[in-house]
Amino acid sequence: MCLAIPGKIVEIVDVDNRIAKVEVGGVKRNINIGMLGEDEARVGDYVLIHVGFAMSKVDEHEAHETLRVLKEIGEFDLELEQFKTTIE
Amino acid sequence: MKFIDEYRQGDLALMLAEQIERLTDQPLKLMEVCGGHTHTIFKYGIEDLLPRNIEMIHGPGCPVCVIPLGRVDDAISIAQQPDVIFTTFGDAMRVPGSKTSLLDAKASGADVRMVYSPLDALKIARQNPDKNVVFLGLGFETTAPSSAMTILKAAKDKVENFSVFCNHITIIPALKAMLDSPDLKLDGFVGPGHVSTVIGTSCYEFVPRDYGKPLVVTGFEPLDVLQSVFMIIKQIVEGRAEIENQYTRVVTREGNKLALEVLFEVFEPRDYFEWRGLGSIAHSGMRLRSKYADFDAELKFRVPGLRIADPKACQCGEILKGVKKPWECKVFGTACTPETPIGSCMVSSEGACAAYYNFGRLSKIAERSSAN
Ligand code: SF4
Repeated sequence: MCLAIPGKIVEIVDVDNRIAKVEVGGVKRNINIGMLGEDEARVGDYVLIHVGFAMSKVDEHEAHETLRVLKEIGEFDLELEQFKTTIE
Repeated sequence: MKFIDEYRQGDLALMLAEQIERLTDQPLKLMEVCGGHTHTIFKYGIEDLLPRNIEMIHGPGCPVCVIPLGRVDDAISIAQQPDVIFTTFGDAMRVPGSKTSLLDAKASGADVRMVYSPLDALKIARQNPDKNVVFLGLGFETTAPSSAMTILKAAKDKVENFSVFCNHITIIPALKAMLDSPDLKLDGFVGPGHVSTVIGTSCYEFVPRDYGKPLVVTGFEPLDVLQSVFMIIKQIVEGRAEIENQYTRVVTREGNKLALEVLFEVFEPRDYFEWRGLGSIAHSGMRLRSKYADFDAELKFRVPGLRIADPKACQCGEILKGVKKPWECKVFGTACTPETPIGSCMVSSEGACAAYYNFGRLSKIAERSSAN
């Protein structure tokens, strides 16, 4: 449960409440970006997402590598399944 | 060397393994603190790649593994109260309490729901104003800021039917307890990756300074772990003890300032917190500050709050301290399996027992132990 999954910010949904829409493996959901500075999380950026919050920024290469490894160690489907739950 | 096929860069892994072998033949014990690393180590058979003189000890960094029986019982007792919706991460559902698990409680009628995020729990609270929605806060500094942010949001929006049953723990006191444990002689540490994105690398500085042991903050890919084992052993043979950061692509020295601020705003350290198998560790648990008492499930509900001894058959404590190996537990793989866990180390895929069990390296491990 301490793993984080990388996703791409595709939209800033709510500037005041720091909500962004991110995409992971074709699935989109809203997450909270309040733990990153305002200029740190922009559309097109990749972030590491843990339990619905962006924890840190990663570069695109690192994001793809991390996704690959998550798939290899069999955690990707699990993380994605959880990521999909309770999407509004 | 069968598992080497599973590496994309198998040649690089082999090269690292050879370099490690060349560094020393002195017997060394390294602990990986984080459960994510334990998972990687088993999945990729890293122990089989390493020379025999290097032993990996699987540390206490799996939050699901260390939640004590009494706290699970408390969670279940909250879940069973009338008009409560109890929400939790999936990992915690099957953790055995003294009699049942949250999953059993759900089967017998309690409203227990799995959520992906504490924010989902808050949403359930908004949708069910006539119910009390409780979120089971579980995890190290990776997860705790998310609970803290959710509490701040609940406070701001005055969602009064939301509360958190806080079992968040902190990694530094646990690490210190490992270093102070007389039956554990460790030579170095594979430091946590994602926890360190929050707390940074500077808070590990006491490890080399006060204990003279190297610690390398490490990513969770197999090559990361191998590289960091190399870096640790290199320090040892060169007589150095330092903090090094193998995971610079994600972790900084300072950590995530905003996350740390939120943590500090909402939580304060408890005097003591009980860890399954390890006993009480000073200042290792977090609780809500009195300012946020309205959102503290421990104050809102009566919980039994009993300290309950671990089941006799279970060796989780020894496993978590690396003093024993899972296969040395009498019930391992027989009475205790991931489907019917007796101890918590068998529940999460980050637990040492479940990792040994899932990746079917038993014959290999047995062979190795009989050869030693
Ligand atoms: S095999 Fe089961 S009972 Fe034995 S130490 Fe591991 S989790 Fe505990």
